[in-house]
Amino acid sequence: MGENLLEVQDLKLYFKVKAGKVRAVDGVSFTIKPGEKLGVVGESGCGKSVTALSIMRLIPQPPGEYAGGSVLFEDQDLLDVPESAMRKIRGGQIGMIFQDPMTCLNPTMTVGKQIGEGLRIHLKLSGDQALKRAIALLEQVGIPDAATRVNSYPHQFSGGMRQRVMIAIALACNPKLLIADEPTTALDVTVQAQILELINGVCSEFGTAVMLITHDLGVVAGMTDRVVVMYAGKVVETAPTGELFANPRHPYTLGLLASVPRLDEKRHSELRTIEGAPPDLLSPPPGCPFMPRCAFARAICRTMPPLELVAGNSSHLKACWVNVTDPNEQAYADRRRKARLEATQVAISTSADVTLQQTS
Amino acid sequence: MAETLVGSKTLLDIRDLKMYFPLTRGIVLQRVIGYVRAVDGISFTIEQGQTLGLVGESGSGKTTIGRTIVRLYKPTEGQIIFDNQDLAQMGGEHLREIRRRVQMVFQDPFASLNPRFTIGSLIAEPMHIYNIGSSSEIREKTSELLSVVGLRPEYINRYPHEFSGGQRQRIAVARALSINPEFIVLDEPVSALDVSVRAQVLNLLQRLQNQFNLTYLFVSHDLSVVRHVADRIAVMYLGRIVELADRDELYAAPKHPYTQALLSSIPIPDPQIEKRRHRIILSGDLPSSINIPSGCRFHTRCPMAQQICREVDPIFERKEGREHYAACHFSEEVRPV
Repeated sequence: MGENLLEVQDLKLYFKVKAGKVRAVDGVSFTIKPGEKLGVVGESGCGKSVTALSIMRLIPQPPGEYAGGSVLFEDQDLLDVPESAMRKIRGGQIGMIFQDPMTCLNPTMTVGKQIGEGLRIHLKLSGDQALKRAIALLEQVGIPDAATRVNSYPHQFSGGMRQRVMIAIALACNPKLLIADEPTTALDVTVQAQILELINGVCSEFGTAVMLITHDLGVVAGMTDRVVVMYAGKVVETAPTGELFANPRHPYTLGLLASVPRLDEKRHSELRTIEGAPPDLLSPPPGCPFMPRCAFARAICRTMPPLELVAGNSSHLKACWVNVTDPNEQAYADRRRKARLEATQVAISTSADVTLQQTS
Repeated sequence: MAETLVGSKTLLDIRDLKMYFPLTRGIVLQRVIGYVRAVDGISFTIEQGQTLGLVGESGSGKTTIGRTIVRLYKPTEGQIIFDNQDLAQMGGEHLREIRRRVQMVFQDPFASLNPRFTIGSLIAEPMHIYNIGSSSEIREKTSELLSVVGLRPEYINRYPHEFSGGQRQRIAVARALSINPEFIVLDEPVSALDVSVRAQVLNLLQRLQNQFNLTYLFVSHDLSVVRHVADRIAVMYLGRIVELADRDELYAAPKHPYTQALLSSIPIPDPQIEKRRHRIILSGDLPSSINIPSGCRFHTRCPMAQQICREVDPIFERKEGREHYAACHFSEEVRPV
């Protein structure tokens, strides 16, 4: 128990809407050890951001509603603590970086004030001390000429620079955990590389644990120790990063890995796809949420598989009934994929024939 | 994609294209105080049936090129020669006729479809504008287009909000296809989509190209996506093309340090490779296109910059006698990543 910094157990967060309940996070469990870098991967709408926000208790209630589970941070359940104690934890013990650095900084305050705010509240520094520390932090995150830039406003910074300021704010009070919610999605690739290196460097230096939320498998591969793959509000697979990429065991993870064009591989004429779209979380299908899109699916998938250890591995968990490494299962999936592909091809070629006849 | 045919025809020829946007001050008496040089002297050609990938960071001018080609903007200077006719200064009925052959798919499928139209009328609108067929023929063609892009024809009376991002982008593709264009500008068609859906749309675009013999200009910021779809690739930086080469050539032997840095900063989904990789991390940000740096535009961020780079603008020229163009004084020293 005590060895984990953060332990999320069977967390459920639903949104009440007119039409019913949206099960945004539906029984999510994972742990983060001190200093560990955890990646959370999934498509938009799979609940990864809501998971982060509900750890921080930043979801407005209503419409949000905790429907069960616990979030143990240093053996203290964050869902039980009063709001006043939670305010000490936010920014003090757990720092957070959001996706869009423009909307998360206050446009009417200088960046120095914004970095110093947390320092004055959590560490009880005086205004002068806070400003000095803010300058040091800005230097640390690679902003040149920090002593004058500390008096600038967010609009005077570029996107990458703003994200650096966000990192400085999040790390100001030396938190034990940094939650980074898609920190580089709004940035260009060359700037993304800068920011990822910065987060990696600073967190290793201070021994800060990181929960990195992203949809980019490439980012996860380079940055993290362990990965949680989410789909439709559930964890479908979790494993150490090397193991997950070398030996994926859930059909969704397999599909994700295959559908990304990669720079280091030979070019294929067609990308492998995951057909269909993620389910509506208002009325998720019974059983495994991935079943309607899964080429491996069969009758048993109508009941939800538990998140269990993969045979012969003590740190790799998956929520799937099928053994995807079995050649028989693979042949079955290939046949189903082929049938789907042929159906779409027929529609295109008949139409093309007609059109080309008309034009010629 | 399509193999290069011997003697294939050049469909689009861009010559020294410039697109400047004036910056003004004053409300009543507006005076021009400067220009945003979004596209600053660009030339390239696209052969029929091929795909040119246009890559660059945000603010490099790649979208402006796409929009100028379909003449949403009137270029400041230069020529856009489409099938031997210059579009650059064309207007009126001539332009209308050409636009029938040149279509565009936009980046954000949430903004490019009118929410008050059913998808049937969205797809049919270009056909009505160009008076193609009777109402019943148009309706028939619309449902056929829906099945071509992988949507059910029954969806014809639904509204855009009832569809997901990937489905909406399919609708936008169907609309572009409705008047049988020869050339389509694809402006970041998959960057708003999730990875699993992105692959579906990319495959669709490729199948359509093969079947309908389409020519694409594929604008994207993602080098790994462009590598998948393009035959030739142009890399843009601050309003100029800095490198242009065949796809495999560009990735195997980049001749410009910017291309090299771009390639090295793309994360690869494999932890083993990621650990071993040597990254070239560029410092700083893209300079403003109002105050373009002197000499080589890239010298402020270039790890190889020398004195000459600050003073002399390098010529965009053929390197090593092949169809590989680059604008760099030290292109022989750029190493593959």
